Amino acid sequence: MALDKPYQDVPGTIIFDAEQSRKGYWLNQFCMSLMKAENRERFKANERAYLDEWAMTEEQKQAVLARDLNWCMRTGGNIYFLAKIGATDGKSFQQMAGSMTGMTEEEYRAMMISGGRSAEGNRYIGEDGDAQAHRQPQGKAGQAKKD
Amino acid sequence: MARITASVYTSHVPAIGAAMDLGKTQEDYWKPLFAGYDFSKQWMKDNKPDVIFLVYNDHATAFSLDLIPTFAIGTAAQYQPADEGWGPRPVPVVQGQPELASHIAQSVIQQDFDLTIVNKMDVDHGLTVPLSLMCGEQHPQTGAWPCPVIPFAVNVVQYPVPSGRRCFQLGQAIRRAVESFDEDLNVHIWGTGGMSHQLQGARAGLINREWDNAWLDQLINDPAGCADTPHIDYVREAGSEGIELVMWLIARGAMADVAGGPAPKVAHRFYHVPASNTAVGHLILEN
Repeated sequence: MALDKPYQDVPGTIIFDAEQSRKGYWLNQFCMSLMKAENRERFKANERAYLDEWAMTEEQKQAVLARDLNWCMRTGGNIYFLAKIGATDGKSFQQMAGSMTGMTEEEYRAMMISGGRSAEGNRYIGEDGDAQAHRQPQGKAGQAKKD
Repeated sequence: MARITASVYTSHVPAIGAAMDLGKTQEDYWKPLFAGYDFSKQWMKDNKPDVIFLVYNDHATAFSLDLIPTFAIGTAAQYQPADEGWGPRPVPVVQGQPELASHIAQSVIQQDFDLTIVNKMDVDHGLTVPLSLMCGEQHPQTGAWPCPVIPFAVNVVQYPVPSGRRCFQLGQAIRRAVESFDEDLNVHIWGTGGMSHQLQGARAGLINREWDNAWLDQLINDPAGCADTPHIDYVREAGSEGIELVMWLIARGAMADVAGGPAPKVAHRFYHVPASNTAVGHLILEN
C-alpha cells in the first residue's frame, strides 16, 4: 500500500522525506563535505573536478554548478545541506531562500520586513496565491515576464 | 530530588546569533527583537537553574545523512560550538551534565522511548542561539554559560519528524526521569525552533502571525489539544520548517499541570516578525 503523503499538494514546497533523501544522498553528502575549510578551497579551485569525485547524477552536478537551489531540491537536496554551498559562496540563509522565489534580494527582504508571505492562496495547489506555479517567477522578474 | 521549575520556549534563527556575534543588536532591524529578551535575561539571573535540558534540532551539522536519530540525548562532559560553514560561533564551550543525562537516558528508555545516546558531538546554532538570547553575549574564553546543559536533539530535517503527541508524551517521561534523580537540582527545560517559516521553493518567506499566536494560546492553555496538531497543519499553515514547533511540545509535556499539578504561570510572552526568514516566538512558563 502506498504511503500517505498529504504534503504533496502544498504549492512551491518539496518535503524532504525518505524518498527525496534516497535520491539526494550523494548530493547532500557532497554538501556536507563543504563543512571542512580544505574541501571548500578545493571545490572553489575547480568545482567540476570536485563534483566528479562524488557519485552524484549529472543533473545534480549541473544544478549545483548553476546554483539553482530549486533544481537541487527537485533532485533530492535538502536546504540545510544545500546551505553549505551558500556558506562556501558567502551567502546568508535569507539570500538563499530569496533566490528560490525569483525575487531580488531587496524585494525578498522587503517582503519579510512587511510581515512575510501570506498563507492566503498558498495552502493548496490550485489556489491563486503568489507561491503558485502559474505566478512564477515573483517580483520584478515576474513583472518583466508579463510585459 | 531534582525538579523542573520552569520551561522556556524560543526560536533559534542563525541570523540572531550572527547579529549578536557581530555587535548588531542595536541596529533598527534587530532592536525590537532583542528588546523582547530583556526581561528573559534578567529572569535567568533571578531564576538561575542548576541544569538546562535543551531540546533543539541539529541542522545537518553533527548528523549528516550517515545517521538520522529521531531523539538523541547528549551524555558528554562538554560540547564544542560547531563550524556550520561560516566558522564556529565565538561563544563558550557548552558544559554537559553526564550524571543527570545518563540517568534521564536510562529512565526514559525504560519508559519505552528509544533514545540514541551521544557521547561526542558538536552543537550548532539550534542550541547556542537560545543560550545567547537568554544569557546575553558571552566571551568565548573568559565567559561561560550559567550552568551545565543537556543537549537533546530531535530530527526535524528528514520527514517524518516525530508527531506532536509523541513529543508531548516524551516530555512527560522526561519529567518523571528528572524527579527520580536523588540530587537536589533545579532544572529548566527549553523547547526551541519555529515559529512559522519556510526556507525553500516559491513559497519561501511564509509567515502566519494569526496561526502562530493561536498555537501559542493553545500550547499554554490546552497543551494536550495542541499536541494533536497533525504534521500537515504545520506545513500548510506555518511553512515547511514551521514543523520545528513539535520540539516545544517536549518542554510543555514536562510541566507539572500535565501530571495533575496547577497551571503554569506565564512569566513572559513575546512575538516578533521577522528575524531573517522567520517569525520569532518566545515564552517563559513557571511551575
